[in-house]
Amino acid sequence: MVEHRPILTVLTHLVMLTGILLIAFPIWITFVAASHDAIRMTQVPLPLWPGDQFWHNMKITLLGSGLRGTETTPVWWMMFNSLVMALSIAFGKIAISIISAFAIVYFRFPFRMGFFWLIFITLMLPVEVRILPTFEVVANLGLLNSYAGLSLPLIASATATFMFRQVFLTIPDEMLESARIDGAGPMRFFWDILLPLSRTNIAALFVILFIYGWNQYLWPLLITTDADMTTVVVSLKQMLTAAEATPEWNIIMMTALLAMLPPILVVVFMQKLFVKGLTETDK
Amino acid sequence: MASLTLKDLYKSYGNTEVLHGISGEIQDGEFVVIVGPSGCGKSTLLRMIAGLEIISAGEVYIGDRKVNDLEPADRDIAMVFQNYALYPHMSVRQNMAYGLKIRGISKKEINRRVEEAADILEIREYLDRKPRQLSGGQRQRVAMGRAIVREPEVFLFDEPLSNLDAKLRVQMRLEIRKLQQRLGVTAVYVTHDQVEAMTLGDRLMVLNAGYVEQFGTPLELYERPASLFVAGFIGSPAMNFLEAKGQPDGMLQLENGVVISGAKSEGPVTLGMRPEHLIEDTEGPIRIEVSVLEQLGANTLIHGTLEGTEREMVASLPGIHQLEPGRVLGFLIRPDELHQFDSKTGKRL
Repeated sequence: MVEHRPILTVLTHLVMLTGILLIAFPIWITFVAASHDAIRMTQVPLPLWPGDQFWHNMKITLLGSGLRGTETTPVWWMMFNSLVMALSIAFGKIAISIISAFAIVYFRFPFRMGFFWLIFITLMLPVEVRILPTFEVVANLGLLNSYAGLSLPLIASATATFMFRQVFLTIPDEMLESARIDGAGPMRFFWDILLPLSRTNIAALFVILFIYGWNQYLWPLLITTDADMTTVVVSLKQMLTAAEATPEWNIIMMTALLAMLPPILVVVFMQKLFVKGLTETDK
Repeated sequence: MASLTLKDLYKSYGNTEVLHGISGEIQDGEFVVIVGPSGCGKSTLLRMIAGLEIISAGEVYIGDRKVNDLEPADRDIAMVFQNYALYPHMSVRQNMAYGLKIRGISKKEINRRVEEAADILEIREYLDRKPRQLSGGQRQRVAMGRAIVREPEVFLFDEPLSNLDAKLRVQMRLEIRKLQQRLGVTAVYVTHDQVEAMTLGDRLMVLNAGYVEQFGTPLELYERPASLFVAGFIGSPAMNFLEAKGQPDGMLQLENGVVISGAKSEGPVTLGMRPEHLIEDTEGPIRIEVSVLEQLGANTLIHGTLEGTEREMVASLPGIHQLEPGRVLGFLIRPDELHQFDSKTGKRL
C-alpha cells in the first residue's frame, strides 16, 4: 500500500525518529561516558557531551590492566577470548549442523528418524537447563578454563540443523539426480552443489551465531576462573563490583563500547548476504 | 551407441506394484516415446532405466551390458529433466563440463566438447552466463548440451518440454528430433502429450496403469489400436465409442437400432470411429443430431448425439460448414476404418 498524505509521512517519520532515539541514546551516553576522566563521571550532573579523554581511555582500557588496583587482564585479550569463543561456536555449529542435516535429508540409514528426534529434543535443552550436568562433563574432561570448554557445549544444538534441513528440502531432487548422473558421489555433491547453494544461509546463520556466541554470559562465567580466560561480556559485570571502590565509569563504558564493536562489524559487513539468506527462496 | 533392452520390469513401492512386467526392445539409434496419462508409471520406468530408481524385478540391458546394479553415472546415459535441473551457481559452461570434470577428462577435451555442443545448440554466447539469466528455452538447450557433451549411449528425456509455452514447445520438439537424428543416438522420451509422442517417436510405447498397452509406430497405433485405451488416447479429437451388438448375419446393431455391416463377432462389441473418418452422406446410416460446431478453418468439428440416443459423437469435416443446431446429418464409415473392440476386455477384435 502506497499512500501520499503529508500527515502520514510526518507521523511515520516521527515514529521512526522516536525509535532511533530510544536505541541511540544509551549508546550516546556510553560514548560520552567513555570520553571523560574517571572523576568527571562521579560528579552530578552527568555530562551529555563528549569530553577529551576518549583516546586516552581507549589506550588504558585496551592495553592496560583496566581498572586501577585490580589484576584483570587487558581488554584486548578478553576481546580476543570472546572472538575465539564466538568464532568457534559459529563455525562449529554451522559445520556440525550442515553435516547432520546432510545425513538426515540425503541418506537412508537405520534409525534415521530416531536420530532426527534425538537432535530435535536438544531444542528443549538449552545450556541453562542442562548447566549442572554439562559443567560436570566439561570439568571431568578437564576442559575448564579452555577455549574448547567455552565453545563445545554451546556448539551442539538443533536449531541450525533444522534450518539446513529446510534449506536442503527446498533443493529439488533433480539436482541430486542430475549430480548422480554426472557421476558425483555423496561428498562431491555436498561440496560442489549443496555448500554453494546454501552459501547465503550459511552467512545468515553465521551472523546470528556469532552474536549469540559473543553475548554468552552464564556459561563463560561458570567455567572460566582464570582471569586469562575471561570474556569481555563477563568482565563488564565484574568491573562494576571490582575493587570495592566507586565504579570507574569511563573505563567500564569504554569496555562496553569495545564489546559492541565486533557484532556491529559482522552485521554491517554481512548484511547483504544475511538478508538474502533469510528471504531468498529461489533455488 | 547401443540398443536398449527391457526384460520383464517390475517396480513396487512396499506392497503397491506400479509397473507390472514391462518388456521391449529399443534398436540402436531409435527414438522411442513412452506415453501415457499421469500416474501410469512412465517416469518411473525411465528412472529405472537411468538408475535413479531401484529395479524390483526384471533386467535392463544397454547394448549387451546388464546395468541393473550400475550407478547412473556408469550406465553411459544422459538425462534431460523436466525442470532442467541445472546447477544454479555454475555458469552454463561449468554446468556442461561438470560431469566430464568428475570423469577426469582433460581440460582441452572438455573445452572442445563443450564448444562443439554449444555450436550445435547455438548457445555459444551464453556460455559464461548463469542459468537464472536464461529464458526457459535457453535453459532447455543447456540441459540438452549437458547431455550431449557426455556422448552417451542412450539419451533419456523426462517431459523436457512441459515447462515451455506452446509455440516454443513445437519449435523445441522439432529441434530435439533433428538433434537426435544428427547424433544418431538411441533416445527414450517420456511425455503425456500424445501429439508430442506422435511427432517425435519412431515408435511409441503406450503405458496405462503400469502395463504396456501397445508398442508400435505412430501409424500402427493410429490405424490399428490394440485396445480401447490406445484408441482413445491417440488421435485428436478423440475417437468416438459406441456400444453395438454383432448379429448372426454379420451386421452390427447400433444403440439406436440402426444396423451397419462389418461385424467381426457375435454379441456385444464396442465400436470406435475416428471423427475424421466419418464421411458425410445424406443416405449414411450413422445419423448425428448436431448440437455445437467448432470452426477450425481447415476443418469443422461437429459435436452432436447419435440420433435417438444420448451418445455424444464428434465428426470432423474438411472445410467450412454452417449448420444450425438440431439438424440431423447422415454419415458413412469405411469398414476398414471401423475399429471393433471386445466390450469386456477392451482388446481389439
